[in-house]
This record gives sequence, C-alpha cells and structure tokens, in this order.
Amino acid sequence: MSASHTTALRPRLLGRSTVNAVVALSVLYTLLPVLWLVLAAAKNRDALFGSDLLSLGDFSFVQNLRDLFAMDGGLYGRWYVNSLLYAVVGAAVGALVSVACGYAFDKYRFRHKEKLFGLVLAAVMVPQTVLALPLYLMASGAGLVNTFWAVFIPVLFNPFGVYLGRIFSQGYVPDEVLEAARVDGAGELTTYLRVSLRMLGPGLVTVFLFQLTAIWNNFFLPMVMLSDQELYPVSLGLYQWNSSATVSPEYYPVVIMGSLLAIVPLILAFALLQRFWRSGLTAGSVK
Amino acid sequence: MTTTAPSHATAASRGAARSGRAVAHGSRKAARRRQLAAAGVLMTPFFLLLLTVFLIPVGTAVGLSFFSDDQPGLGFGPERTVFVGLRSYAAVLTDPTFLSGLGTVALYCLIYIPLMVIGALALALLLDSGVVRLRSWAQLGLFLPHAVPGIIAALIWLYLYTPGISPVIELLGKADITIDFLGVHTVLPSIVNIALWSNLGYNMVVFYAALQAVPREVIEASVVDGAGPVRTALLVKTPLVRSSIVMVAMFTLIWALQLFTEPMLLSQSSPMINSRFSPSMYIYDAAFTRNNYSLAAAASVVLLICTIALSYGVTRWTSRAGSAEEATR
Repeated sequence: MSASHTTALRPRLLGRSTVNAVVALSVLYTLLPVLWLVLAAAKNRDALFGSDLLSLGDFSFVQNLRDLFAMDGGLYGRWYVNSLLYAVVGAAVGALVSVACGYAFDKYRFRHKEKLFGLVLAAVMVPQTVLALPLYLMASGAGLVNTFWAVFIPVLFNPFGVYLGRIFSQGYVPDEVLEAARVDGAGELTTYLRVSLRMLGPGLVTVFLFQLTAIWNNFFLPMVMLSDQELYPVSLGLYQWNSSATVSPEYYPVVIMGSLLAIVPLILAFALLQRFWRSGLTAGSVK
Repeated sequence: MTTTAPSHATAASRGAARSGRAVAHGSRKAARRRQLAAAGVLMTPFFLLLLTVFLIPVGTAVGLSFFSDDQPGLGFGPERTVFVGLRSYAAVLTDPTFLSGLGTVALYCLIYIPLMVIGALALALLLDSGVVRLRSWAQLGLFLPHAVPGIIAALIWLYLYTPGISPVIELLGKADITIDFLGVHTVLPSIVNIALWSNLGYNMVVFYAALQAVPREVIEASVVDGAGPVRTALLVKTPLVRSSIVMVAMFTLIWALQLFTEPMLLSQSSPMINSRFSPSMYIYDAAFTRNNYSLAAAASVVLLICTIALSYGVTRWTSRAGSAEEATR
C-alpha cells in the first residue's frame, strides 16, 4: 500500500469519497422507503394525501393504531396471531425436521445417498406456483382446504434447510464425538438428542430464521388455500385491505400502519439472532 | 458392548482368533443396523413431507396436464375426465397471453438478474475494500429490506408510485418531471426496482461473507505485485467468490421466474397489469378463476421445465467458464 505515496494520494482520496458516496446513496435507497412507512403511519388520512410528511401538525400515530385494531371487528389482531403461529411454530418444527435429515445425510452411510440428496436439491428449484394447484386439489380431497393445516403443513417443507443442515453437521459435529459416544454404549438417537443437537444449535437457529422469513413472507399458498378471513396471515389480509382501499380510502391508513407492524417481528428476530445467521450465510455460500 | 464401535472391532479383529473375528463381524453388523435405523428415524419426517408436498404434487401436475374434464352433451350428467394427450400443452403454447407472460418474465430476468448480481457484488467489494466508514451500520441499513415481507415491499413502493401520496412524485413534480411509474413502459422497471430493493442487501451480505473468507495473503500478494484496489477487486477477489456468484444468480433466477407477488399487488392499481401478466399469474388465473385445471397444470409443467432448463444452463455455463479460466492460469 505504501508505493508511490505522494502521487497517488489525491486520486486515492477522491476514490475514497466516491466509494463512501456510493455506499451512502445505496443505504439511503434502502432506508428511505422504510422511513416513509414510519412517517406515513403517523399521519391521518388527509395529511397522507397532502403528502406533506414532515409537518408534525396532524400526528395521529396512536389513533391510527387504535383504528387498525378496530377495523373490521379487530381482524388485524387475528391475522397477526395467525402469522405468528404459521411462522414461529412452522419454522421451529420445519428447522428441526430439516436439520435432523441433513445430519443423517452427513453422518450415516447408506445406499443411493447422493441420489436422494440430489432429489432434495432439485426440490429447491421447483417453483411454488407449480405445486399450488395440486396441493389445493389434495387438500380439498382431504377436506383440509380453508383450514389452518392447509397452510401449515406445506410450509414445513424446507429442502434448503436440509442442505444447510448437512453443511452445519460437517462443520460443527466432529465424527470423533459420535465414535466416543458409541464406545460409551450410547444409542444413536440419544447421541443425536443429547450431544449433536446441542452442537448444531447455531445452525438450527439459522435454518429457523431463514424459514421464519420465508413463511412470514408467504402469500401465494394462503391465497390459494384460504377463503375464511379469520385464518388469513397478515400478508394476505393486507393485500385484501389494499384492494378495498382502491374503493374506500379509509383503508389506506390502516394498511400503512398494518404494514409497519408486520415488519417488526422479523426485524426483532434478525437483531436478536444476528450472530447466528451471519455464520449461516457464510456456510451457505462458501461451500 | 465395547466391541460395538467399528474402530474397536477392526482393531480387535486384527489379532484375534477366527471365532473372535466372527463375533466382531457380527457386532459390527448390528452396529451398522442400528445406525441405519437411526438414519431412518431422523430422515423419515422430512421425506414424508417431500413425498406429500413435493413428489405427489409434481406428479399430480404432470398427470392433470394430460387429462381434461369433458362436459357431456348439453352440460347434463356427470363430468367425465378424459385423456387428452398433449392438447392442453398445445392450448397453452399457442395462447398469446401465456406467451406474452413468458416474454414479460424473460425481459424481467434480463433486466433484474444482471442488475442484482452486479449491484450486490459491487457493494460487497466496496464494503470489503476497507475505506468505507461505519461499515457495519451501512450493512445493517442495506440489509433492512430483507426483513420487509415481499407483499409489504410492494405496498410501500406502490404508494411511492401513486400520485397524490408519493413524496417522490411530488419532488419530481417540483422539478417539472412527470413520470407515470405504472405506465406501459415503466411498469416492468418499477417491478424490477421493488425486487432489487428487497434483495440487494441480502445478496450483498452473502457476497461480503464470501469475500471475508478470501485469505488475506492472496490480496497482499496482489498488492505487492502492484495491482491497485480496483484491479485487486475485479481480477483477484471476484474470481475467488465465483461459487457465491453462481449461487446468488441461481436463486435470483429461480425466484424471478416465479414473479407473482409484486405484479399481483400492483395490478390492484394499474390497468397495465392484467390477470395473466406473468406465467405464475396465468397459472393462478387458469386454476382458480377459470377453473381449467388441465390448462393450469400444463402451464405449470412448462414453467417447471423452463426453470429446470435455465438453472441447468446456469450451472453448466458457469462450470465451463470456470474450467476455461483454470486452464488459462
């Protein structure tokens, strides 16, 4: 770095400020829309359409919040609980199932192992829209359409989690640990539950977080499966309210406030579990 | 029970008598059986899911595409399901609305994927160059949209595209610029912008993590060789994170081909987006608005084949590019 100090100083300073400016602009690009959402959520309807966002005169954050939970008989609260159930329980169960499978792929030898793993990877590629119609027909055959299970069961399936589980198992659980446990006469499953699962902890959290995001984002499947508003997740509910807003504008403030609240859980999850998902990203990309 | 461990069994059998060897062999077999049983227990839940929500549905989609419900004469009597061969495929592939949907998604991919991969990689390289101030804050800011669900990202941007609500349009108006973000030629770039905004930071973090894993000696060596920061970034660091680039390009492609959420939401406010704007919307429309299951299934299979073919193409193309590069070294 020390070569030709004086001659390169000026272009380097110039380069340095250009780099910082580019990054700063990019950060503004990603942050400003969210900031707009926060400001817009605090406005009453007239101020929203006046688009004079920075005047603090007609501040009605609390009123908007109250309106949101009162709209259509408190449907939003219902949607929120549903989303939490689908996402948190679904991601927890899904992560356990996928990581267990990935662990078995890593630690055990059996016939056609790599072919089966190839099938798992192929499943990552298949678009959800392709599966929606057959899933709907199957659910309708089983009498599950328009029930909690019609959305909950398909979201448990996370082939990418199996892929990550295998990589984490390679990285975090040394084979010697299993050997030692076998010497001590511990059963395979006991070893998994008592020893390996604890070592896989950070990986498990990463897979959980990926799946939490995916399920919280999920929109297509609930749209296909559910007609009962009481079962909607937040995403589908807001979609419906937004389409009502084109006819009756009193929905605009609640859609905006509802969107703001819908971001909170994922931001919390990412902030609290930060050190886990960072390691997960590395594992996913380096291999 | 000590001989159940395979390592002990091999050590013991080496010096043991014939009978001892047989015992060790038997217990090794038992250990192997126990391991297989454990693998079975650990894998069964996932493979049950794979069967019910993946294999059977894919099979059903393929099956449905070859059959059709035929109304008997005058519409009386029960519907019969009859084999129609490739008729549904012919119907889909000659349907101008489906073909225009495919064209739309192709154009969307051509704009979106290069912008995304190059943008995310450029940002990661800039952050990795070491001259950026407040680096972790910048990363956090760029990553934030990943926590915003797709439908809400689309909502935010829809409002930012709507005259009367949007401060962007007002600001541009003050500068005497009027843009209809949801017009004929602008609606696709507007959708690209939503997707870019949502995923740029996430992919940047993936690239950044990979760049962090590049050994420092490699970079120091290139600096000693007289390469400037730009050359180091483009000619040394970028080839070293090729596997991440392939992965990001693949996932971006797979998601881009499913284009649904954003146009679906924007269609509530823009007449430029019809109900068959993209192949996924076409499938939804065919299945749940027109109740034409065989048509929807055929369109699904076409989309599936396109996805698999393109993903395969990406992996082949990048691996060939990779081996060519290795050969020139």
